Amino acid sequence: MSEPLLALERVSVHYDRFRALHDVDLTVGAGEIVSIIGANGAGKSSLLRAIVGQAPRIDGTIRYDGAELRGRATAQIVRSGVALVPEGRRLFPSLTVEENLEIGSSIGRPGEVTLSEVYAYFPVLEQKRRQLARDLSGGQQQMVALGRALLANPRLLLCDEISLGLAPLVTNELYEIVPALAKRGIAILLVEQDISRSLAVADRFYCLLEGAVTLSGRPAETPRETVTQHYFGLWKR
Amino acid sequence: MNAAGLVNQLLQGILVGGLYALYASGLSISVGVMRFVNIAHGDLIVLVSFLLLTLTASLRLPLPLAVAVALPISFAGGYVLQRWLLQRVLGKGILQIVLVTFGLSVIIQNFLQGTYGADTRRLSGSGFETATIALPGGIGIGVLPLTIFVVAAALIFVLDRLLYRTRVGAQVRAVSDDVEAANLIGLAAPRIYAIAMGVVGVTVCISAAFMSVWTNFDPTSGPDRLLIAFEAVVLGGLGSLWGTLIGGIVLGVAQAVGAQFDVSWQLLAGHLVFLAIFLIRPQGLFPRY
Amino acid sequence: MRALRSVPRSIVVGRALLVLGALLLIAAPKITDANGLQTAADLLTMLVLAVMWNLLAGYADIVSIGQQMFVGIGAYAFYGFAVLAGINPYLAIPAAGAVALAAAIPSMAIVFRLRAAYLSVGTWVLATVVMLGAGKLDAFGAGLGTSLPVSVVEVFGTDPTSRSTTTYWLALGLAAIAFAATLVLMRSSTGIGLTAMRDDEEGTASVGVDIVRARVVCFLWTAPFLGLAGALITLQRLRVAPQMSFSITDWTVYVIFIVVIGGVGSFEGPIIGTLVFFVIREYLQNWGVWHFIVLGAVSIAVILIEPRGLWGLLRRVIPGDLIPVSHRVP
Repeated sequence: MSEPLLALERVSVHYDRFRALHDVDLTVGAGEIVSIIGANGAGKSSLLRAIVGQAPRIDGTIRYDGAELRGRATAQIVRSGVALVPEGRRLFPSLTVEENLEIGSSIGRPGEVTLSEVYAYFPVLEQKRRQLARDLSGGQQQMVALGRALLANPRLLLCDEISLGLAPLVTNELYEIVPALAKRGIAILLVEQDISRSLAVADRFYCLLEGAVTLSGRPAETPRETVTQHYFGLWKR
Repeated sequence: MNAAGLVNQLLQGILVGGLYALYASGLSISVGVMRFVNIAHGDLIVLVSFLLLTLTASLRLPLPLAVAVALPISFAGGYVLQRWLLQRVLGKGILQIVLVTFGLSVIIQNFLQGTYGADTRRLSGSGFETATIALPGGIGIGVLPLTIFVVAAALIFVLDRLLYRTRVGAQVRAVSDDVEAANLIGLAAPRIYAIAMGVVGVTVCISAAFMSVWTNFDPTSGPDRLLIAFEAVVLGGLGSLWGTLIGGIVLGVAQAVGAQFDVSWQLLAGHLVFLAIFLIRPQGLFPRY
Repeated sequence: MRALRSVPRSIVVGRALLVLGALLLIAAPKITDANGLQTAADLLTMLVLAVMWNLLAGYADIVSIGQQMFVGIGAYAFYGFAVLAGINPYLAIPAAGAVALAAAIPSMAIVFRLRAAYLSVGTWVLATVVMLGAGKLDAFGAGLGTSLPVSVVEVFGTDPTSRSTTTYWLALGLAAIAFAATLVLMRSSTGIGLTAMRDDEEGTASVGVDIVRARVVCFLWTAPFLGLAGALITLQRLRVAPQMSFSITDWTVYVIFIVVIGGVGSFEGPIIGTLVFFVIREYLQNWGVWHFIVLGAVSIAVILIEPRGLWGLLRRVIPGDLIPVSHRVP
């Protein structure tokens, strides 16, 4: 089996005195959809932040495409093909929908994803292309955030709780395109609190509790109850 | 004072507003994009004016050529200033940025005084500066003020286009909206800011070129220019380039009206009008945020 | 657990030096002549300006470059009361302070509507307006200003020596009161709130309303002291004039540089800065305009390298504050 695109080995993240991640091992391959599930405070966001170089102190190894990511500037990491859809969307409020999307491609690597494809995934955005991003609904903003990340032609896509605060129907729409993206060969790391939705789409998953991986495997091969127990830490007596 | 005289004065006030808008255009960019007030802004205009003085007087270059030489120098100056000095204190709290730009202001003023002496100067425009166009009714418009006004409007038009219709402009606006988010998608702020400051340098050079021909200047002229530029930007509304032009015109007209009572009321009238409008409408006339 | 924490030696030495300095100041009229007293009075006035600017910039997040406004208002008010209204000049001094305070209240309408660096330039605009306005007052000599009449000057002493002594005592008194009062302010709940907000990088947004009130208090606090300093400056210079009484160079530029170099945001900083200024003042005159360039460059360097100034450097070896302001364990 070829080397995974992203490999974390014994990664720990420290904020001052607090250790947010303990010795995490994790891999994501090209075209794979990997889910990270866990409750609030489990360390999911710290994991993504560590990958894009936003964590203060990281121990261990983060290998992307064979090279170490630790120590490199965020902008540099992103330009090498890692795209983040950040928690809370973080669009540019005074830019239009189309400008927000194109910002993604203006600094990305040249490649295949085009603006019309993004509009094909999310038709409503094409209607609202000239509206300011701040005037969109939460779900539409999430679509823009995802589209922006795609237009950077990433090889690794990191999604931080894209369903947070959105109605179920809207979330369905978002998740529908995830498998299509994987088919293009993009490695996708999904961070989610919503277990069922993310397990439904994932090839593999990791469960985080208090900063450590307590369970990992394939959704198809793991009983749902086991997952729930590890999510809440109930298997400990 | 007859009607024609009054109209002449008001017209003059409006046209002066063009010069003020030139000063303010650069400040508007640094305020809107990088969210800081460069206290040395006026002094930079005076600095380039003295550069033009050296180029025209000592090197005997004709003014247009001197300006052409000064333009790229000004762009590079702004770029380097931002990249090497101001970038270090951005985002570290107001104390640092105010102190660095204030310190820079004092340094520039005293450097100029030490190098060129305290005398007031003016550049020669080879007769251009006194030419007037005569209009019916005894009204006359100076060719130079008219040119300045047209250039100011054109510059603001160009800057507006640059900011809202180009890719680089979108990047600049993105970084000014949310630096962190920009970083997360790969836009490194320092380079963008430096480019923006380079553009500011160009506006400073254009301002200096016209100012040095139309008015007197000396090493200590900087702060007055800064205050006018600041008032024009705040009056117009933060983030609005066209608002800055209107703000400049309001100040120019206020000064012209003040000068009607007494020449010594000119400056004071401008400031008082600014304070009055600011108290009523602190967000300015056409705020973008 | 030890019942008594022994105080480190360096702090003891530092505090002893401060006490020694205070004693020297009190004994000054016996030790030095009229010239020396004048220099000392100048520096004590500078200290007052420094402490006030430091309070605003270092604790209340108000970086003022317009404090010359209140100095000038105090100067003109003193002249107005003592000369035009004929009030006892000794009473004119506190009256000047009161006028400065009164002027601060409407100023807040402008100043507190602006944020950050806009606030700074806003204070400059206000100061310029007041200065230009003062230049229109014929009773005060309009643009050229006017001198204090001999009758008023002699109230403070019939000969130069006794006048310098009186002026010195007034300056020392003002500096002591200003210093002590500001210390009291910083140890009160207002000051603690501000210090906590300044030190806590996450931002105590939940304390929102209190912070606004604290900043207002600080702004109003400094005005009367600046006005009193202005009155004393008029006494020292024996005249009022727009460019002099409202001089940004003398009352703001120098002050900012020395506080920054000494150390913003501490009580030891302004003292150190004023002392440094005292030492280099003589040499400054010889350099002409270049002394501003050097001062400016040093200030910028300080801000970039050690934002807490000379006191910050000393603080790396001294484990505590000489003048304890905060109640927190260092």
